[in-house]
Formats: sequence, C-alpha cells, structure tokens
Amino acid sequence: MAMTATVGHAHADPHHIGLVIEHPGPAPKRIVTAYGFWVFLLSDIVMFSCFFAAYAVLSGQTAGGPNGSEIFEQRNVAIETVCLLLSSFTCGMASIAADMRNRFWFYLGMAVTCVLGLIFLAIEFREFADLVARGYGPSRSAFLTAFFSLVGCHGLHVSAGVLWLLTMMAQVFAKGFRADVLRRMMCFALFWHALDIIWVGVFSVVYLLGSGA
Amino acid sequence: MSDQSHIGHDLAPGEEEQHSVGTRILGYIVGLALALLLTATSFFIAGTDLVWQPSIPVALIVLAIAQMGVHLVFFLHITTGPDNTNNVLALAFGLLVVFLVVGGTVWIMAHLNANMPPMDQIMMRQ
Repeated sequence: MAMTATVGHAHADPHHIGLVIEHPGPAPKRIVTAYGFWVFLLSDIVMFSCFFAAYAVLSGQTAGGPNGSEIFEQRNVAIETVCLLLSSFTCGMASIAADMRNRFWFYLGMAVTCVLGLIFLAIEFREFADLVARGYGPSRSAFLTAFFSLVGCHGLHVSAGVLWLLTMMAQVFAKGFRADVLRRMMCFALFWHALDIIWVGVFSVVYLLGSGA
Repeated sequence: MSDQSHIGHDLAPGEEEQHSVGTRILGYIVGLALALLLTATSFFIAGTDLVWQPSIPVALIVLAIAQMGVHLVFFLHITTGPDNTNNVLALAFGLLVVFLVVGGTVWIMAHLNANMPPMDQIMMRQ
C-alpha cells in the first residue's frame, strides 16, 4: 500500500509540492459560492476603477470653483479611515465567532461593525451636506461631479453593506448558524473587506493626493 | 493517509486553512496593526515638509498599494498557496483590467490636447 502511494506521488507530483489531484470531484458548495462572489467583487472593483479613472482625468477641471485642497478636511478623513479599518477587524471577529457557532460574540462583533459603519456614513453625509450648502454641489464643476460620484458610490456600497449586516444578524437570530446562513456570512465578510480596500484607494488618491495638489 | 484529506481541496476566497481560534484572531490583529501603521504613514507623509515634495505622490501610491496587499492577505486571505490558485488567477485578471482602464485612460487623456488641433481650427472648419 505504501509502495503504491509512493509510486502515485512520483507520477502525479513531479515537483514534490505535496499535492496529488487525481479525482477531486465537484467542489463543495461553500467554495463555489464564495468564488462566484469573489468574481463579483472583482467586477465591482473594475467598476470603481472607471470612477477612479474619471476622477484622475477631471480632478483639475474646477471651472473656477474650489479645488481639492480647499474643501477636504484631513481630520474627518482620518476618523472615517480608522472607523472602516476597525470595522473590518470586528467583522473578521464576527466571522470567526460564526465559525465557532458563538452567538454572543457574533452579535457583538456585528453590532460594533454596524455602529462603526454608521459613524463613517454620518461623517461622509455631513461632509456632502456641508459642501452642497456652500454651493459646491456635484453640478458646480467636473471635478466635483467626479468627486461626488466616486466617494458617493463607495458610500452607497457601505450603506448597502450595513443593510446586509442587519439582515445577517436577523438570519442568525431566526435560523441559527445553518450552512446557507454561514455561506452568506462569508460573502458579507468578503464584501465588507473589499469595501475597505476601495476606501484605501479613495483616501489616498482623492483626499491625500488632492489636498497636496 | 492523513494528509490525503487536503487533496483536491481548494480554499474559498476569504477562507483560511484550519487554524485554531487564537491563530486566526492573531492574524486579524497583525493585519489591523499593519493597516493602521500604513494609514498613519500615509497621512503623515501627505502633510509633512520633511521629505522631498515631488516624491510625496509616489510615496502615497506605493503606501496605498502596500496597504491593499495587507488587506488582501490578512483580511481576505488571498495567498499564494497552491489551494488558492483559482482565487489568485481571478484577482490577477481583475488587476489587469483595472490597470488597463486606469492606466489607459490617464495615458490617453493626458496626451489628448497635444494630439488634437486647437479649438479655433475645429471651429473654422464648421
């Protein structure tokens, strides 16, 4: 038996990486689901890259209106960034708790994630409302149109994420840690972490590069 | 035969190898610490006069890409392991499209004025 196994390794594993794939069969459902969602997230990132490209082209076209350094407040952006980073961490804690079937830590992690997401949204909404009140709405210049589309699109994603988060808590409350609920939780965690990656691009390209220029 | 349980078994995106809870939490803590460190560096670099000013945009972009890598590895668990091949290939294709879209747009639009006749010539033809 050991002899056969060794021969099998020698043929199917010429580089000795320790993996022999002979008849793996169909992948488990959680892998198929998460992979499909990963492809969706990548397409979402491609969509964001179009907004980033538009912003990069239009960032100088202020049409006599304000430019980035006049309207961006770095302190607010720093608070928003810390909120999203911490919420990514607590979301990770919630997914570990879901794998451990621990309701208390799951609810706690998700609740903290939700609160941090709402703080982020509140700061962003106040910033937008303040800009519009000063007459610097999205129709003021091409730069502001690109700015509101890019940052607003990310904000819409975060809003949708918060709604999804609440439905996940409700599903665990009503149905418990069933296999399908855990698959959805996995997709939600991927979504939330991906939003954080996009925010890294937003605060670097829009706020930090913009306030230097 | 115990190692056969991993054979033909891929990891889903976001999924980790079977670790203990402590190891998993530690991974998130390391990721959070690195992300906060890179963020703090970005904000510091953007406002400082200590470094050569033209290097700041490049530094900010490098820091952003580094932080995205930290998020991918520690939060999304996209690694270079053989069980992650599908996920990495999808990511590579996504990145290719992103670079084509952003790089192509910036490249073309930055040279657009130089490659077009001046506006008054366009007006005269009409």
